[in-house]
Amino acid sequence: MAESGQFLIDGKPTPFRAGQTIMQAAAEAGHYIPHLCYRPEFPPHGSCKLCSVKANGRFTSACFEPVTEGMKVESETDEIQGYRKRVVQMLFAEGNHYCAFCEKSGNCQLQAVAYHLGMEDTHYAHQYPQRKLDASHPDAMIDHDRCILCELCVRASRDLDRKEVFGVAGRGLQARLVVNSPSGLLGDSNFALTDAAAHVCPVGAILPKRQAFTTPIGMRRYDKHDIGEESSLTPIADKGE
Amino acid sequence: MASPLGQSVTLHDIAARHLHARHRLLQMLREVQASRSYVPEEAIQFFAHVLNLPIAHVRGCVEFYSFLHTTPRGQFDVYFSDSVTDRMAGSEIVAKRLADRLGVTLGQPRADGRVTVSMTSCTGHCEQAPAGLANGRVFTRMTEARIEKMASLIEHGVPVSEWPAEWFHVDDGIRERGITLETFIPPGEAIRTALARGLPATLDEVERSGLQGRGGAGFPVGRKWRGAYETKGAHYITCNADEGEPGTFKDRVLLAKYADELFEGMTIAGLLVGAKKGYVYMRGEYEYMMEGLQTVLEERRAAGLLGENICESGLDFDLRIHLGAGAYVCGEQSALLESLEGKRGIPRVRPPSAVKIGLFGQSTINNNVESFVQAAQIAWKGAEWFSDHGETKSRGTKLLSIAGDCQRPGIYELPLGITVREVLARCGGENAKAVQVGGPAGTCVGRDEFDRRVSYADLATGGSIMVFNDLRDMVDVARQFAHFFAHESCGFCTPCRVGTQMLKHYADKIADGQGTQRDLEQVKSIGEFVKGYSHCGLGETAPNTLLDTIKRFPEEYTSRLLAEADFVPDFDLDASVTESRALTGRQDQLDQVHSD
Amino acid sequence: MPQSSSLERVLTRISARYRDEPYQLLQMLRAVQASYSHVPQSAMQFLARHLGVPLSQVQGVVEFYAFLHETPRGRYDVRFSDNITDQMLGSRGLCERLCQHLELTPGQPRADGKVTVDYTSCTGMSDQGPAALVNGLAVTRLDVGRIDEMADLIDAGIALEAWPRDWFAVRDHIRRSGPMLDLQMAPGAALEAAVARGASSTLAELARSGLRGRGGAGYLTAHKWRFCLEAPGMERFIVCNADEGEPGTFKDRVLLTRYADALFEGMALAGFVVGAREGFLYLRGEYEYLLPHLESVLERRREEGLLGGNLLGSRVGFDISIHLGAGAYICGEESALIESLEGKRGQARVRPPFPAIRGYADKPTVVNNVQTFIQAAQISAMGSAWFAEQGTEKSRGTVLLSISGDVARRGVYEYPFGVTVKEVLADCGAGAVQAIQIGGPSGHLIGAADFERRIAFEDLPTTGSLMVFDWSRDVVGVVQNFSRFFQHESCGFCTPCRVGTTVLRQLIDKVASGHASAADLDELEACGMVTRSLSHCGLGQTAPNPVLDGLKRFRPVLEAKLLGGTDGPGFDLDAELSEARKISDESLKEGQHG
Repeated sequence: MAESGQFLIDGKPTPFRAGQTIMQAAAEAGHYIPHLCYRPEFPPHGSCKLCSVKANGRFTSACFEPVTEGMKVESETDEIQGYRKRVVQMLFAEGNHYCAFCEKSGNCQLQAVAYHLGMEDTHYAHQYPQRKLDASHPDAMIDHDRCILCELCVRASRDLDRKEVFGVAGRGLQARLVVNSPSGLLGDSNFALTDAAAHVCPVGAILPKRQAFTTPIGMRRYDKHDIGEESSLTPIADKGE
Repeated sequence: MASPLGQSVTLHDIAARHLHARHRLLQMLREVQASRSYVPEEAIQFFAHVLNLPIAHVRGCVEFYSFLHTTPRGQFDVYFSDSVTDRMAGSEIVAKRLADRLGVTLGQPRADGRVTVSMTSCTGHCEQAPAGLANGRVFTRMTEARIEKMASLIEHGVPVSEWPAEWFHVDDGIRERGITLETFIPPGEAIRTALARGLPATLDEVERSGLQGRGGAGFPVGRKWRGAYETKGAHYITCNADEGEPGTFKDRVLLAKYADELFEGMTIAGLLVGAKKGYVYMRGEYEYMMEGLQTVLEERRAAGLLGENICESGLDFDLRIHLGAGAYVCGEQSALLESLEGKRGIPRVRPPSAVKIGLFGQSTINNNVESFVQAAQIAWKGAEWFSDHGETKSRGTKLLSIAGDCQRPGIYELPLGITVREVLARCGGENAKAVQVGGPAGTCVGRDEFDRRVSYADLATGGSIMVFNDLRDMVDVARQFAHFFAHESCGFCTPCRVGTQMLKHYADKIADGQGTQRDLEQVKSIGEFVKGYSHCGLGETAPNTLLDTIKRFPEEYTSRLLAEADFVPDFDLDASVTESRALTGRQDQLDQVHSD
Repeated sequence: MPQSSSLERVLTRISARYRDEPYQLLQMLRAVQASYSHVPQSAMQFLARHLGVPLSQVQGVVEFYAFLHETPRGRYDVRFSDNITDQMLGSRGLCERLCQHLELTPGQPRADGKVTVDYTSCTGMSDQGPAALVNGLAVTRLDVGRIDEMADLIDAGIALEAWPRDWFAVRDHIRRSGPMLDLQMAPGAALEAAVARGASSTLAELARSGLRGRGGAGYLTAHKWRFCLEAPGMERFIVCNADEGEPGTFKDRVLLTRYADALFEGMALAGFVVGAREGFLYLRGEYEYLLPHLESVLERRREEGLLGGNLLGSRVGFDISIHLGAGAYICGEESALIESLEGKRGQARVRPPFPAIRGYADKPTVVNNVQTFIQAAQISAMGSAWFAEQGTEKSRGTVLLSISGDVARRGVYEYPFGVTVKEVLADCGAGAVQAIQIGGPSGHLIGAADFERRIAFEDLPTTGSLMVFDWSRDVVGVVQNFSRFFQHESCGFCTPCRVGTTVLRQLIDKVASGHASAADLDELEACGMVTRSLSHCGLGQTAPNPVLDGLKRFRPVLEAKLLGGTDGPGFDLDAELSEARKISDESLKEGQHG
């Protein structure tokens, strides 16, 4: 296999190195592919399906699909952007996402990617799930209403913090984030605000306490910039809002 | 030391702890032995006095049990299990090695009182042999390397509690699970199910299941329970956990892992017949499990599963555990009851059966550990759950302890009615030439009988299966069993007391190549006599292996006999002068004596 | 709540029974469920500690599998198979009847804790429904008489072992046999032939036969084995997918009953070819009743030297152990199945790498269907020509169909690939057929226009399920049943499937209840396309099939249910308000009493 080569994203020749995924090669070339559950620090997960592309005519996820020489990747076609919008709408309809009074508003990747894709409504009937708020921890809280099951916190806690604070239980629409403590509460776990897992949540599900609304509107991450303009390779330390 | 007691514990303390109850004499004597390494004469006098017992009663008790001694044992008291399967695994070699290293004679304390090394009857760890006891703690898989280390630890006076923990590791040894070992009853649920169904209906269920006593005799458990149920007056429930049949170790696993089911089964029996109290009679060799079992009892009391008003039934029942002190005969039901009453374990005259007149003269249900466990499971899961397995006259599954010349020794739960051949295939014993089913008291079968079935209708067993391959000398096996019975005979009745000694003598003579055809005939006739005339099951079965092996492996015996003579004096000159040789330090050899 | 330390004693035993091996977590939890009729929170904590796995994993596993419960079920746990074919035979009515007799609400244990009655996904008895599971054991051919007697038995507390035996009888119903079912192969014949031929020649023979995976995907079996063989690493595993969960499929059940020897032989053969020493049979929990039979066959084969240490007297060893599932359709997906074998939630893995490269314990693993292994064994014994002479160019050999629904003779049929649907329908005695669902809910719903089509990988591929619906049936009801099935079985990992199956189900319910508009049909189609295109694994990718097929082939039936012309509201006002009404009603009553 060649050390490097070229493939096409929406017809644009893009270089890649052997072993790279579509997401990695695209990011290096400055080409944004929407995503929520992907972060470069972790092996690909492939659950949000926002990074779906067509590679040589076949649907796949950009985050885990290896690039091959001459591969034709369709990413920003109407069809695919339409599907991506539907996925974001599904996430909004599944949980209880009220941007208007969410303290993550303006810094939220779900919200930002929705704007990016031109989402104007949630389209699907809301499920209004009954989910709990876990405010048992002195420095952080979990608002399960906003969890999108990307498992970034699960992976960060396991692979970076070596703590395994989080896990996922349930099946289908009953799938839910759980905490590794006898009571199931964050306050009874060994979670700390200094954990990487405290800073990877792309939405407002895991939040530090007493830091709400400290950034004035207009200064928030996505107030002036579209999510597509930022590099997805930003390391975790810089992302901790 | 095995007991929490130290030297400082006074005899008064011990008597007080046991509420000066006479029937707990054996428990008191055990504690004296543990704290003082023997039972001094003053202790015998003391207990006779405070318990108002004849001195002879107390002394008789001390002398009856192997683990009680009237002279000091060593500070370290090491026993090696002397079952034939332990020997096959090298128990004699390691025991001798230890004695050599420590400079002691087997069975006698060293002059400085530091240590005694002796052999004892099977300790019930045959599949992890060679095994033994060090100050009451069970050790397994002894190797020569470990012996070297043990000798040094003893010389340095390191307490047994600080010896390497892995020496004392006991595997559960389960190789194959059937319905019993695959059933996990939440504690209390069998009792609740029995109460919800109704206790008489539960008795029907146990009867309908066809469960037969798992100790080996196979008396229907339901019928025994009904007998007690229909007897008026006070009742007791006793459990025979004196698993002393050499080669049997399945109750060990049940006691270690299925204690809840055991207690549950006893409790159900207790509630059924209106007993207030039950006793588990556990062999002294299993003392290491005592603490765990006491914890289980405590927790069951706390959970309302023992004590007053069990499961809101308005009925009371409680359990105690008594420890034996090394006496095989106490596995016999009436001897066990005697021992529970604090006496020598001498079998009673039957009838009356224990169901009529048992412990403290009251109607008593006595069953084996496995019987109670399975009865509890039947109460929980129903009769058919059990009776669907096994064969017509032997329902259900049986736990078998398999040891000896097989690749996978251990515990197998198999349906009754299985052939010996199938059993051998499962444990990797296809090369067997003989199989001893049911321990020394059971039956020895050869290759042409491997299609016989393990069941109450054919080869009954309390659980022991010993496998012997072509390299084993069956005469030697029979000899070892003969020694075992001679050692374990309680001495009450003549045929057994004298007969087992005579059998041992002839077995030795033949095995040593000094026997004649006439001696073989003697063994047969004495054997038949002991079988027919003994007082209890011990004597009735003691000659079995000798008679079986003579019948099935005659060539092994005849090849040993002196061909030219049909008579050799029973008197063995060499043996008789051994002692005087040792005393005088003379080293003259056999041939010298003969050449004289 | 059981007392914690006594619980721990039981759990220690259960854990020891599975060698304290974290991969056996699911098996342990099944045992806990069997003893306690649920998995108490304290049991999860203990097992997490005892096995050294995160509590969240244990919790996750318990919540994932339908047969594990966090709150107590009744001591009698009755689950009616809720496949459409059971419903067509009156299962719903029977379930309601049982609930009335026992005075309880479906899904909730009775107050005395004695019994729970509930529904479950297809139990694989479509040829002898209505079927149910009682404490995990299959009960077939239920009728009013049996239901009434069952209620009495439960109320009297009669143990399952004492229930009438014929209730538990499962018939094989082989209606038409071909070369595969007719072949009488002596145990060991395939292995002996393979040993004589050598591993690489056996693989070549398999390649020549053109055998394709019988699970439905149709991947060339020889290719899969070769990938595994050539993957780097020392250790390899063989896994048989006996998680036959596709509603309406039951041919593997018959194969497991009748051809267990050939199956184990095929697995050993695969082990011999790729150099694996260990195999697993992943048996769906619904087939627990087959366990004793399968174990006895394994045992006999060990005695015969066809499994275990020295296979056929050689130095090669291969042995097989059986794992039971616990009610999760997704575990039929090969990578989810492997996760489940490892004691985890059955969530499909990211592929590539495929199991042949990184499977069980991250080692190269061959995963094949029951039938595939049996046929591989037959090919080894009989040669590739024997196999390839039947079937079509691209679909060699024969196909086993599980036929159920509105036919005179339900059961298993063997045909050469390439047979037309019409021929099959004639053989099984189907009359006035409106539609058939071929390949289960994940397959296709077709009408008379397609009955000339051929059953083959290149035309109508199938896992074997063929459900027949005559003109008395409502196609919308069929689609609704399958949509509910997928919503219930989605693992919840990826967004399009997790949310999409819910959206689809809500929309088809809306259609069925007559509240839908034309716009809803468009929405069904659009949402179906999102779920089909973007889902992570085969479950989501095929979940919209019933809806999309219904729209494509039975559009008039769906349109007939629509509200006249106007857009209906996305929700049912009465339904939404019912809870609030109930609460206010109750508080009103309380107020009156107070």
